[in-house]
Amino acid sequence: MSEPADLIIVGAGPAGMAAAVTALAGGLRVVLIDSGTAIGGQFWRHPPEHARSVIPTEDLHHGLREYHALSETLSAHSHRGQLDLRLHHHAWSAVREDDGFVVHAVDRQRAPQEIAVVLRAPRLLVATGAYDRQLPFPGWDLPGVLTIGGLQALLKSGGVAAGSRVALGGTGPFLLPVAAGLAARGVEVVTVCEAAHPRAWLRHPGPLLRSPGKWAEGAGYALALMRHRIPVRPRTAIISAEGGARVTSVQIASLTSDGSPRPGTERRIEVDAVGVGWGFAPQLDLLVTLGCALTDSVDGNAVVAVDKGQRTTIFGLYTAGETSGVGGAALAVLEGRLAAESVLADSGAAPVLDKKRLAAVRSAVAAQRAFARALALAHPIPPAWSSWLTDETVVCRCEEVSAGVIRSARAEGACDHRQVKQLTRAGMGWCQGRMCGPAVHCLAASKQVYEPAERLVATPLTLGALADLDK
Amino acid sequence: MSELIIDGKPLAFVEGQTVAAALVAAGRVSWRTTRLGHRPRGVFCGIGVCFDCLVTIDGVGGQRACLVPAREGMTVTTEESTDE
Ligand SMILES: Cc1cc2nc3c(=O)[nH]c(=O)nc-3n(C[C@H](O)[C@H](O)[C@H](O)COP(=O)(O)OP(=O)(O)OC[C@H]3O[C@@H](n4cnc5c(N)ncnc54)[C@H](O)[C@@H]3O)c2cc1C
Ligand code: FES
Repeated sequence: MSEPADLIIVGAGPAGMAAAVTALAGGLRVVLIDSGTAIGGQFWRHPPEHARSVIPTEDLHHGLREYHALSETLSAHSHRGQLDLRLHHHAWSAVREDDGFVVHAVDRQRAPQEIAVVLRAPRLLVATGAYDRQLPFPGWDLPGVLTIGGLQALLKSGGVAAGSRVALGGTGPFLLPVAAGLAARGVEVVTVCEAAHPRAWLRHPGPLLRSPGKWAEGAGYALALMRHRIPVRPRTAIISAEGGARVTSVQIASLTSDGSPRPGTERRIEVDAVGVGWGFAPQLDLLVTLGCALTDSVDGNAVVAVDKGQRTTIFGLYTAGETSGVGGAALAVLEGRLAAESVLADSGAAPVLDKKRLAAVRSAVAAQRAFARALALAHPIPPAWSSWLTDETVVCRCEEVSAGVIRSARAEGACDHRQVKQLTRAGMGWCQGRMCGPAVHCLAASKQVYEPAERLVATPLTLGALADLDK
Repeated sequence: MSELIIDGKPLAFVEGQTVAAALVAAGRVSWRTTRLGHRPRGVFCGIGVCFDCLVTIDGVGGQRACLVPAREGMTVTTEESTDE
């Protein structure tokens, strides 16, 4: 693409792909960048194009028809030169400049080599998705204990199962596709511990009943789990993991209504791998640094505040997908379309969707958001989760700060994750609090929603790549 | 199958896998120890956010094994090889 772009999109997951397709249909020139080796994001994660015949993963997917339609449109535009698709590109900073945005990225196609890339456009759409939200427990840092998203990612992009006897735990519907996917690859899934009580669904039945598509997907997983005889245990949790060089067992327990283990119900199960996840936390680095306003979400996350058209509070900056509220792939696609329609309108271009279809997308977004809200309320983080911790439990994996040290910091007056960080170094290591932040925040007994700290760069860089910028 | 060299030994992988996927496929879930407690670590998040999976690749340290695609002839050094 030789002419300057009208729009940069960071993130080629469901949201970014859908946004790009709509923006391209409206005649805009688009740069779409993603750090991965293929488009699709987390939901439609695939091996790189050239490896698909040797690493078959199609059977692990849902909604592939839409994925293929979006991919084909994108590659057609890329051949025509209207789309500049850049995989292997990690965006590490985005700043406002004059009337637009500058995105700094590194091209890691030949990693560890890094090539600095600077992109400019009048408008920017950030669709960087989310990562698994974690709660520490004794043994969660043993090798073989992974996030459920990590298990899924290894399966969907590498065709690899991380164990042969696996226990899954946490909360939320995402446990089910991971269990089904592992079973499809011959893994024995010995238990799925879902902390929530099924009754919680009945408290907000409206949005759940109004989403037949979700029921169909859920029923599919339920059948797969039955076929493989995978026991799903409601109101239970993995409260510890044991092992040495690798996890060898987990301890599970029934939970009381506040989420503390019911005495006498503990059971040990032998495993060689574990997957845990407590919903998702949106990946907000670029957006927080750009200064856009955040808002609270019922799942306990801070998310980007957007208007009806996915505009952030910064002029020319849009967001879609998990960054504006965790809601899954279908919602991400719809929000991507809405965001691109706003970009078109704000650039003075004609809309792609006519009024009637735009209204239909808006009402579908409203329904999906209501569904996501009901799900979040039905799958909360158990209030007493910290009763699983001993003082020795590592909370900050990078700086190896234990629960006991964080509790003392609280006793000394620290009342949120930022103050705990100053006193203990929790959240100061390589991951910058991405893994322990929400947990540290809860341990500091804060009543406020967790807001991630500002991170100067969204991905660590070599000095060489930084030096390239001066050239 | 292709091969990379890890701590001086060959490791087979399927073209398209990341370094972490190749290691996990070979049954290894840890390849590093932590600075203070010398705890073993390997792959945790699988998507580049936790930094548990760090390795040295072709002489460059601090590389996330879960992000870097394995390449024929690539040399990977783990901390386990240098730590006594
Ligand atoms: C590990 C993991 C696995 C998941 N698997 C499933 C599943 O199997 N089924 C399911 O229903 N849901 C799954 N989810 C939930 C997922 O969040 C949604 O289903 C959906 O993918 C959200 O779409 P999105 O477009 O908002 O974000 P994503 O799909 O997360 O896409 C965001 C994209 O942005 C890219 N990106 C992020 N930061 C940068 C940066 N700084 N520079 C360049 N690129 C960047 C990422 O590489 C990614 O491709 C998973 C989530 C995670 C974290
Ligand atoms: S496993 Fe988390 S960064 Fe690689």
